[in-house]
Parts: sequence; C-alpha cells; structure tokens
Amino acid sequence: MLDFITRLFSRESPGSKSIAKERLRLVLVHDRANVSPQLLQLLRADLIQVISNYMEIDEENLDVSLEKYEDQVALVANIPVKRMKRVASS
Amino acid sequence: MSEVIVVTSGKGGVGKTTVTANIGCGLAMMGHKVALIDADTGLRNLDVVLGLENRIVYDLTDVIAGNCRLRQALIKDKRYEGLHLLPTAQTKDKSAVQPEHMISLSEELRDLFDYVILDCPAGIEQGFKSAIAAAEKAIVVTTPEVAAIRDADRVIGLLESSGLNDPKVIINRMRTKMVDRGDMMSIEDILDILGIELLGVIPDDEQIIVGTNRGEPIVGNDESLSGKAFRNIVMRILGEPVPLLNLEPNQGFFLKLKKIIGFK
Repeated sequence: MLDFITRLFSRESPGSKSIAKERLRLVLVHDRANVSPQLLQLLRADLIQVISNYMEIDEENLDVSLEKYEDQVALVANIPVKRMKRVASS
Repeated sequence: MSEVIVVTSGKGGVGKTTVTANIGCGLAMMGHKVALIDADTGLRNLDVVLGLENRIVYDLTDVIAGNCRLRQALIKDKRYEGLHLLPTAQTKDKSAVQPEHMISLSEELRDLFDYVILDCPAGIEQGFKSAIAAAEKAIVVTTPEVAAIRDADRVIGLLESSGLNDPKVIINRMRTKMVDRGDMMSIEDILDILGIELLGVIPDDEQIIVGTNRGEPIVGNDESLSGKAFRNIVMRILGEPVPLLNLEPNQGFFLKLKKIIGFK
C-alpha cells in the first residue's frame, strides 16, 4: 500500500525524455539507412527462403531489425531454429 | 570576406525566422553589413518579425523578374545601421525562385555585404533547394522535441549531400526545469543524436514573443536571457569562443530579488 502511494506521488522515474530519446534513436536508424518497412519485409522473406534450404525455422518468431550500436547500424536477425535438415552427402 | 549562411530546420514553427532576424540584428549591432533574405516565397514573414512590413515596395521575385534593381528592393533598417532586408513575395509560389536565381543574387549581395543570411522555408522541397543552393554555411534550428529533431536530422543529411558540410545546430525553446526533471532531452542528448556541433541554445522565453509582437528582435534587449543567448551566438559566428550561457532564469530572478531585498 505504502509502495503504491509513494509510486503515485513520485514522478515516473525514467522521465519521458528517455522514452523520447530511445524512440528517436530507432526512428533515425531507419531514416538514415533509408530503409522502409516494406524493404525489411522483403529482406525477411528472402532470408526465410534461403535459410529454409538448410534448416527448419520458426517463421512466426523470426525477427529482423536494424539496430544502432555506438556509431554503427547493425542488421540483427533473430531466427529460432526448429530442426536441422539432413544434408545428403554428395 | 563575406559569408552566405542559410538558416534551416526541416520542420516548420521551430523558430527559423526569429533566429534569422536576431542573428541579422546582432551582427549589425556589432558593426557588420548584413543582408537578410526571406526565401519563404508565398509565406512572407521575416518582414513582420523585423518590424519592416510597412516599407516593402519591391521583393525578391521582382528582382529576379527584372522589374527593379537589387538595391531598390533592399529595405534599410533604421534602428540597426548596416542591416538590410530583401523581402519575398506574398502572392507568388516557391517555383518563382529557382536555385540559379539564388546563386546569382547571392553573388551580387556578397559584394555589398559582410553577411548574407537566408531564411529558408520549412520542408525539403523546391524552396529548400533554392535557399540552400547559394549558401556556404548552414545553421540548423531545432527544438528539444522528437519531431523537430527527426526533421533536423533529415535536413543535416540533405545539406551534407549538397556539399554543405558541418552545419551547426541552434537548440531553441530549451526549458531547463523540464530537463532537470527528466521530461525534456538535454543539450547533450540532442547533440549526441544529431552528431553535429552546437552554435547555441536559446531558452524558452516569453520575451521573444513580446519582441516579435513589437517587431523588435530580442537580441537588442539587454535585460533578457534570450537576448543574451542570441548575442552569444552572434559572437560565435564572428569566431569568438563564448562559453555556453547558464539557462536558469529563475536562479537569476531569485538572485536579483535577493539583491533588491538586500540579502547579498
């Protein structure tokens, strides 16, 4: 109860500035890289196609995004693998 | 050596015209010959901010069309020796002014003035392209808000790809109290995001509106903090390394109050 009251009367701790900064960072990564969401969708579809030749992946939970590290932008893909395919030895 | 500087922002309403007017008046106060060009054709407003709206005869588009000579269109400010305004047309649209017009006009003005400052229209279309065509330096005005910073970032990219390298940023309408409680991005936050050099910070000051109401740019007001902030920016443009202003108006007020009461 006391916790609730203190939370009610104290300012939200991070402040809206950190939200603004984080949102801005993300939006600028896309702006600067000149990448549209459609383009990322296409890339995602291509990735699925290529990777599916080698392994069975969880398409539902596949996540492809551009992220900023220090001064660089990285393409981060999180692709859960369900099962490896048996590659016929040639 | 004269300089052609463009004041731009991408987003509208962040204070480009106010900044242009104040820098122009400030440079003239320091004894320089200054020409301010309103490049926002169709939405003329640098004249009202400067209080020169009643003296317009010819405008930028008349000069371009050859209806008058350049000197006839230049309005001489009576308060600040050396300050001149080249207003734009209120009735024409932005296509009346092409980049090549701006280039030849600026070349002509360069011979007559120490500083030629262009007030760029909002947006990144035709008007923007014409306004930046002649400039060799750029000032980007932003406010501590996501939309303004995003647009500033886009404009910085466009300026750099047009060969206007290292634009400098002016952060307008800064509220120290909001920064202190974590509800506004700080100067450091903004510079970190934009990655360009700071030219100055203007506090969110009611006196700026009072000045605009009267047609008297705040830079000429010795009492106000924002006037001081603009004078510092002018000094930096002139190459003086002026330290950043302490933007805590309340502290100043209380100190003054204490002085009046006799605490100090």
